[in-house]
Amino acid sequence: MSMNAPGLTEDQRNQAFSEYVGDESKVEPKDWMPEAYRKSLVRQISQHAHSEIIGMYPEGNWLTRAPSLRRKVALLAKVQDEAGHGMYLYSAVETLGVSRDDLFDDLLSGKAKYSSIFNYPTLTWADIGAVGWLVDSAAIINQVPLCRCSYGPYARAMVKICKEESFHQRQGFEIMNTMAKGTDAQHRMAQDALNRWWWPSVMMFGPPDNESKHSAQSMAWKIKRHSNDDLRQRYVDVMVPQAEFMGLTIPDPDIKWNEERGHYDYGDIDWTEFKQVMAGHGQCNKQRIETRQAAHENGRWVRDAALAYAEKKAARKAASKVAAE
Amino acid sequence: MAKNDWPLFEVFIRSKQGLDHRHVGSVHAIDAEMALTNARDLYTRRGEGVSIWVVASNDIVASNPEESGTFFDPAEDKAYRHPTFYEVPDDVEFL
Amino acid sequence: MSNSSEALFNFCLRLGDSNLILGHRLSEWCGHAPILEEDMALMNVALDLLGQTRVLLTYAGEVEGKGRDEDKLAYHRDTFDFKNVQLVEQPNGDFAETLARQCFFDNYHYLLLEKLSVSSDQTLRDHANKALKEVRYHCQHSGEWIVRLGDGTEESHRRMQDAINETWCFTGELFTDTAEDRELAEAGVVALPSSLKDGWNKQLSAILSEATLERPEDVPVPAMGKAGAHSEHLGYLLAEMQFLQRSYPDATW
Repeated sequence: MSMNAPGLTEDQRNQAFSEYVGDESKVEPKDWMPEAYRKSLVRQISQHAHSEIIGMYPEGNWLTRAPSLRRKVALLAKVQDEAGHGMYLYSAVETLGVSRDDLFDDLLSGKAKYSSIFNYPTLTWADIGAVGWLVDSAAIINQVPLCRCSYGPYARAMVKICKEESFHQRQGFEIMNTMAKGTDAQHRMAQDALNRWWWPSVMMFGPPDNESKHSAQSMAWKIKRHSNDDLRQRYVDVMVPQAEFMGLTIPDPDIKWNEERGHYDYGDIDWTEFKQVMAGHGQCNKQRIETRQAAHENGRWVRDAALAYAEKKAARKAASKVAAE
Repeated sequence: MAKNDWPLFEVFIRSKQGLDHRHVGSVHAIDAEMALTNARDLYTRRGEGVSIWVVASNDIVASNPEESGTFFDPAEDKAYRHPTFYEVPDDVEFL
Repeated sequence: MSNSSEALFNFCLRLGDSNLILGHRLSEWCGHAPILEEDMALMNVALDLLGQTRVLLTYAGEVEGKGRDEDKLAYHRDTFDFKNVQLVEQPNGDFAETLARQCFFDNYHYLLLEKLSVSSDQTLRDHANKALKEVRYHCQHSGEWIVRLGDGTEESHRRMQDAINETWCFTGELFTDTAEDRELAEAGVVALPSSLKDGWNKQLSAILSEATLERPEDVPVPAMGKAGAHSEHLGYLLAEMQFLQRSYPDATW
């Protein structure tokens, strides 16, 4: 029985929907869906979109100081991609009947959340390496499973995004590796960046499984596929050898290969810091939102003018059509 | 806050000659001409297209999922529309 | 360097530096544009310009023959050795000022590349033929915005007219001929800047009139930026752009 079939009760639809997504079938915009599923998607996809947009600022901070023309174009293309990814994702949320303007309002008023990682500052050029290598690696591990998300428009947006992100991660690794193996000053910058970005990037996978409030339902709905802690473990396993390759030291003395588990053990995460930043007390929360607000406000007259122009043009076209008849 | 979001346009891209245009997402623009350039700037940054269509999202007419039974199920038991419905003796070629 | 290769070297710097500085200015808009669609558009233009910069500065280094590559030229010259036109180093201002600057440069750039596409110099010819496609799109993008803003709201009309008026004085330099320009024209490398003026006027008049904007009076000016004379803005721009290369001269990035 399809959840779309006419004449079903709410319970029957819910039941049919659970079976449908349980079978790995895809949900499309006009399909019937539980209100909670819709809300959950709007929350997750818009947070994701906001993160891409706010994510432009820490890296955009170094666009005008990139140390070579090759690095400058790569970084510019990368930050531009982030705007693009935000747009793909807003486009996916809009299929759920929410307007992008409303989502912007939520972001600018501080009501909507975005990834806390972007509330940390980028202090040296090595931070651009660290963001690309650590943050984008984490993002990719988080995002690849989303390509199979039950909601079609989100899954399709994620396929495009994941394809494009792979260059971001390599770009970051290349910068980090060059600096780690460069002069003493460069190595110092690279190690310092790793020291500052490691724990925040480990926290990007969200709270531990026993405290994650949306996880169970999201997994049943096939919006999410792996638990936060599973993804985090995979991340640590991938990153430790890469850091070793570069001759950098991860700032966690408890990192050790565990033969029995077949994974790296890692130290306790300081979740109070995570919660502080989430609650708006990170170093750059205020600055990031204010920057976004300013862009939005300063652009208002341009957006209004373009619309006014389009209306005039349409009216002139209509008038000349009437005159011609 | 005054709402003045630009209208939404759906974007379709032909990735190379010989293939159909395929829906890739949407953009905001004040008119169709701008929608084309915005779609070009967003969806073909890596040479993904040789042709773009845009259409105002409001102008799309879509079938209703509630009626998908009425619309599409009747086609499912018309096996005689498919070549496998018909028997072909083993020794006949080019059929 | 012979006289003719010195003139060619300087020409590559003039166009390459203009592309670099304008691309750099546009990158300052990243994340600050009026709407996300426009962030994408402006960054595409910036990336085109920076890509063109790399070709031209690399070629300049080859012509010079002293082993300077694109980065040596971009990051290790001071203001008086930069040859960009003053127009492109002007700060972004509001969106109208950015678009006025862009529209003026794009249309000049297009006409210049058209001439360059039949240059006696193979490298420049190849460069021009590739770049023309990009710059044609730039012209379309900036021209359409001038029209939208000029013929939009009362506020946008005022801002656009102000921007045109403020920026106009930097357009004279685009068409000023220097001794080197004459030398290059004679060698068939590229036509005289002054020969681009009529075409540019025609383009701009069409755009301004569709945008219901007034064309300001021309102000006669000498070649400023092209000769290494700049506004105060360039020094700050270079200080920021060159900071890492200057602070850590022994590092590779």
